[in-house]
Amino acid sequence: MMRPTPIAVDAQVPHMSEIAFAAISVTFHGLTLAMVLYLISVGLSVTMGLMGFVNLAHGAFAMAGGYVMTTLMNRWDLDFAWALLIAVAVVVAASLVLERLLYRRFYGGNELDQVLLTMGLIFLSVGAATYVWGPLTQPMRPPAVLSGQISLFGRSLPAYRTFLIGCGAVIVTALWIGLERTRMGTQLRAAVDNLRMAETLGINTSRLFAAAFGLGSGLAAVGGGLGADVLAISPSYALDNLVYFLIVVAVGGLGSIRGPFFAALVVGLADTAFKYFIPEFGAFFMYALTMAILLRCPAGIFGRT
Amino acid sequence: MNRAIETVRLCRNFGGIIVADAIDFRMDPGARHALIGPNGAGKTSFINLVSGALQPSSGGIRLGGEDITALSQAQRVKRGLVRTFQINALFRRLSVLDNVTLAIAERHGFAADFIRSCGRHRAAIDESYATLEQLGLAQDALKPVTDLDYGRQRMIEIAIALGLKPKVLLLDEPAAGVSTGDVGSIIKVIERLPETIAVLLIEHDMDLVFRIARRITVLVGGRVLIEGTPELIARDPQVRRVYLGERRRP
Amino acid sequence: MTVFRDRFTGNDKAMLDRLARRHRLEPVEALPWIAAVTAGFVFSDYLALLAQILATIVFALSVDLVLGYAGIVTLGHAAFFGAGAYTAGLLAANGWGEPLSGLLAAAIAAGAIGLVSGAVILRTSGLTLLMQTLMVAAMLYELANKAHRFTGGADGLQGMQVWPIFGLFRFDMFGRTAFLYCLVVLFLCWLIVRMVVQSAFGRSLTGIRENALRMHAIGAPVSRRKLIVYTLSAALSGVAGALIAQTTQFVDLGVLSLERSGAILIMLIIGGVGQLYGAFIGVPLYMIAQDRFATVDPVNWYFWIGLFMVLLVIFVRGGVLGAIARMRGRIGARK
Repeated sequence: MMRPTPIAVDAQVPHMSEIAFAAISVTFHGLTLAMVLYLISVGLSVTMGLMGFVNLAHGAFAMAGGYVMTTLMNRWDLDFAWALLIAVAVVVAASLVLERLLYRRFYGGNELDQVLLTMGLIFLSVGAATYVWGPLTQPMRPPAVLSGQISLFGRSLPAYRTFLIGCGAVIVTALWIGLERTRMGTQLRAAVDNLRMAETLGINTSRLFAAAFGLGSGLAAVGGGLGADVLAISPSYALDNLVYFLIVVAVGGLGSIRGPFFAALVVGLADTAFKYFIPEFGAFFMYALTMAILLRCPAGIFGRT
Repeated sequence: MNRAIETVRLCRNFGGIIVADAIDFRMDPGARHALIGPNGAGKTSFINLVSGALQPSSGGIRLGGEDITALSQAQRVKRGLVRTFQINALFRRLSVLDNVTLAIAERHGFAADFIRSCGRHRAAIDESYATLEQLGLAQDALKPVTDLDYGRQRMIEIAIALGLKPKVLLLDEPAAGVSTGDVGSIIKVIERLPETIAVLLIEHDMDLVFRIARRITVLVGGRVLIEGTPELIARDPQVRRVYLGERRRP
Repeated sequence: MTVFRDRFTGNDKAMLDRLARRHRLEPVEALPWIAAVTAGFVFSDYLALLAQILATIVFALSVDLVLGYAGIVTLGHAAFFGAGAYTAGLLAANGWGEPLSGLLAAAIAAGAIGLVSGAVILRTSGLTLLMQTLMVAAMLYELANKAHRFTGGADGLQGMQVWPIFGLFRFDMFGRTAFLYCLVVLFLCWLIVRMVVQSAFGRSLTGIRENALRMHAIGAPVSRRKLIVYTLSAALSGVAGALIAQTTQFVDLGVLSLERSGAILIMLIIGGVGQLYGAFIGVPLYMIAQDRFATVDPVNWYFWIGLFMVLLVIFVRGGVLGAIARMRGRIGARK
């Protein structure tokens, strides 16, 4: 189960200003979590909705991005931006190879086979990560310009997380614009809507799948790398956070690209709020909320029935 | 005498799309009734509405005089209303015999028996095998359904329906996707159906329709265009207009 | 009503006679029990581990009922396993250590949770259903954690005192009583599961798995059948959890964890789903391998089991039983 980084709290007697502080703090950190969750989960949503492939190991791409990035920064002293770019490139390349060699055989196939395969991959990732980096979490040291606090809304907030929210917003906007304006985006939307029709229209679906898979993994790597502060990079990353990725995808609507964003907002804000106000029991309400949402909208908020 | 099936102003829409537009439909016991119309006319939707797979937006359905509008699919089946599917909906990894036996088990009512081994329900197995014999499927009884070619799988669709001893049988394009050689066997099976069963047939194959049907309803855009005897329908100018170029099976 | 029985002669009759008998006990079905008893003698130092394996086979059988037969993919069965474990554990830790009634209480508690949760979530399917099963288990996990004053939380339940069975058979250090206890309970559970899957009810479950739409169209009350098997499966999972609790005299949060739900799924898939005996193959394979690794090379267990799973799914479809069936088919064809 996921244990997020704790938020510093020092409220003794709740004044109005204390409540305001709590609200801003929860919103802020909730948005941070939401961004990270969305960047990682959007690829999973597309993979499951488009290729019909239950990729439980998707979190491993985020983990890989985090490991590569932090290793480049901590051990080889690379710049933040370069480390991120290289990490993304490495993960995208690896994921394309994996897709072609392995995943492709299981598209649209038996669900249980996919579960066994991807669970095996999770375990492999846990084992490999433990072997190479050891069992402890990797520290993330943001560059000086992004560390410390900045002043926002009359409060002092962590600069890095502000950067994360901003960066996330830019990427999401670029993604959504790309979806509408580029050829691949249009093809992707068509294929998610009606695969067979897309094929008869001449869209090369296997190339589209590979491209979508690479894009999703790349975004996951960004989420994992940038968000190393939010979701700690450790060997059991893919397992620890699996439930939350699945919640975002299920609540957002399988195959949807915008849906998981709103789901991530709900999950990020709700989870942060629950854990802030009910620290020992917060996760329970997160799960209950998810159950309630799925009972009301079984196909997710943006899913189709 | 009660009608076998009667729908009263049956309507169904999906948002702006009207799939059934105040359909008044009547079928007598023992009828041989065909439902024809161009693609997208709403024929399968009509069967879905009557069988209970789809809920109407308004209107009512009566089976043998009884109002069944609020009943579930399974409940309607128990009252003798059985349908087949346009695209085979079989139990793919089970044997041909098992496919039919499942239906017979439901009809007999012992399908919920979790104690006696199913081999003990010998009568049902025998009846299932006999049904397969009638349809010429006996030699494939123990093979998984996926081993058979599409035409013979289509026969299993009908075998399952027969195993339920229907009073009203809704056949959704029984010859769809079947090669010309095999259509003959399907026609023979339908012709040999007991006179006590009321049969509603959706088909595009006009040879089949005119051989089997004693009454024809033409559905266009979710609405009944005309209803009458085959001779009447064949001569009607509206029908000719609607069907120009569609008299051959696609 | 027409009587068909006397219509068939010769080959037809022989085939139908064989079909009617196909669910009789076959000699090969004695193998697992012979193997279990033999293992008990040969590996008398490992009786504790063997007892755990037997109890886990009960768990796997219960999951096979819903997964292999009814086609309900679940990642939350630890909810029922854990409910049973904590029921038996809490009883034993609070003055009532009688094992058999503990088993019964566990079955009832877990079955009740299965009934209530199933009634709510079984109307969905696919990813949504999977998520809901996950959520139920996760909520129970958090509840057990929150109530750590009663359950011991992450540290585990302390002070379990399990009484001797029938007042005679004490749970000894060597695990002999535990082993025989689990063996007998497994045998009884196996009888129940075997009876269910070979009945008409069990057949209708495979129908639901293969084509639920068609089951509706032949008049089957699909939701009711799914709920019944889900509840039964939950009760059996509860029994398995209680067995583990009673034989190890310890329960911690792990019994409700995602890892537990995932592991049992893996064990079952490795052995082969929907064929009754997959549980008997997959569980020992996985648990013995895990035990060996724990002593020799605990760090790399995940790596090697992961690799095994990936290779298995690429080269061997349908688990071990599937591979055996294909080999028998090939041998038969060659003859």
